[in-house]
Amino acid sequence: MPLLSFQNVGIRFGSRKVIDHFSAEIEEGEFIGIFGPNGVGKSTLMRAILGLCPIYEGSIQLFGENPGKQNRFIGYLPQSQSLLGTTTLTARALVAAVHHGEKWGVPWLSSKDSYQVERALELSEAKDYADTPFSLLSGGEKKRVMLAQALIDEPKLLILDEPLASLDPKNQMLLVQRIRNIQEETGLTILFIAHDVNPLLGAMSRVMYMAEGNVALGSAQEIITNESLSALYGMNIHVLRAEGRVFIVNAESNVDETTCSHV
Amino acid sequence: MMHYLSYDFVQNALIAGSIAAALGAVVGYFVIIRNIGFAAHALAHIGFTGATGAILFGLSPLQGMLVMSSLAGATMGISGNRFHRSELAIGMVLSISLGLGTLFLSLYQGFAGEATAILFGNIFGVSHAQVIETIFLSALSLFLLALFSRRLLFTSIQPDLAESRGLSLTFLSTAFMIILAISVALVSQVVGTLLVFTLLIGPAGIATRLSHSFWRTILLSLCIGIVSVWSGIFLACLTNQPPSFWITSILFVLYIFTELKIKLFESV
Repeated sequence: MPLLSFQNVGIRFGSRKVIDHFSAEIEEGEFIGIFGPNGVGKSTLMRAILGLCPIYEGSIQLFGENPGKQNRFIGYLPQSQSLLGTTTLTARALVAAVHHGEKWGVPWLSSKDSYQVERALELSEAKDYADTPFSLLSGGEKKRVMLAQALIDEPKLLILDEPLASLDPKNQMLLVQRIRNIQEETGLTILFIAHDVNPLLGAMSRVMYMAEGNVALGSAQEIITNESLSALYGMNIHVLRAEGRVFIVNAESNVDETTCSHV
Repeated sequence: MMHYLSYDFVQNALIAGSIAAALGAVVGYFVIIRNIGFAAHALAHIGFTGATGAILFGLSPLQGMLVMSSLAGATMGISGNRFHRSELAIGMVLSISLGLGTLFLSLYQGFAGEATAILFGNIFGVSHAQVIETIFLSALSLFLLALFSRRLLFTSIQPDLAESRGLSLTFLSTAFMIILAISVALVSQVVGTLLVFTLLIGPAGIATRLSHSFWRTILLSLCIGIVSVWSGIFLACLTNQPPSFWITSILFVLYIFTELKIKLFESV
């Protein structure tokens, strides 16, 4: 049984169709990189997997059940830092606060809970600054703490919504490497939304590319090609490869820095 | 100084003040981490309208304040972030509430001192019956807060993650806003609606600047709140100046020292 399956899924955002007739299966232990232009519906698809966004046709099955039924097995790193930005709580306190955060009562941790907090901080390599207030951490350190929050309840599926946003290339590379190592240690299945394909090239088992309501899923060699992306966008797209990097550009415009990410 | 403890009005003030300070210290912590200070301030002013309306109709000001601020709190919670973090929407509701409060006051032909007490607080005027009412409502609020606190902390710091675990942000937000409304009404009895921030934001705000873990911050906030109220009451007895003045002054001095300590510590 696949870990996650989409059967003829259609999702609307308001009156706009963001996904139309999408079918695919994702197996346990896969690392899926999810790409597409801003506003194409990447986060909406993730919210649909979590059961937070209705689908208007088809079905999504997660661990063999409808979305929302098995969310305790999902670790989620949302795009928004929300109120975290201003908090004076330490990284450790923030990770502890989300551990079994759905339970009633006071946020009291048992020794087993404390062990799990330390384990999540270790896995995300955030232990060195665990006692520093979150607001004083750098962008890369904050992302590690948020990763620890997503890992705290030992998920089987990890959904990461643009964790590389606003990180410099070095920190992007380090974070991807850490997530890849965590996957090797724990056997997690990972859905990783990113804007740029390049930091994930060595880590992904498959690529999911979304554009114009269409979704393509396959290996990087199959999906990141002129033909595949041109069909997806409904326009002429060129994929340029140089020094091991990939540049996706609109064939009808000049190649410049701004067109080197998404059309 | 100890002989003041033999007076009934001082005993009532100390009990009601301690309870209001404890409630304000705990609820205030969540107000700060949820970043809804302006909504809390607005609830106090909306409560003022309820209190003046209640006086006009011959009812208890506390009951009027509880009803109005609870209704407003529930509305803010149900309408979600769009409303209770919208400065424009809150500002407009705040304005009309104060306008209505002014109208109720002008229609009221009785003793105007009651309105002054609502605005600036009169802890020495708290009766034994009000103390009992304060104990009951505070115990209820703190019990509910304890019940919700784990979920509330989770939704306050990571709402998207909390929602993905099946928590209803609207339900928790509404529940908290009602608890906040009750706290605002009770704290208003001590320091008045204009100075609700004193006990609701002051102790918790200073504590969050000094401590960075949940339980230490809550404990520190409780200590600051209760010590400030007791000191304020005793200083008021000694100097014959209003306790609200002393409580706000003590908290302001503590705040200045806190900021200086942080600045000195950071510059080392």
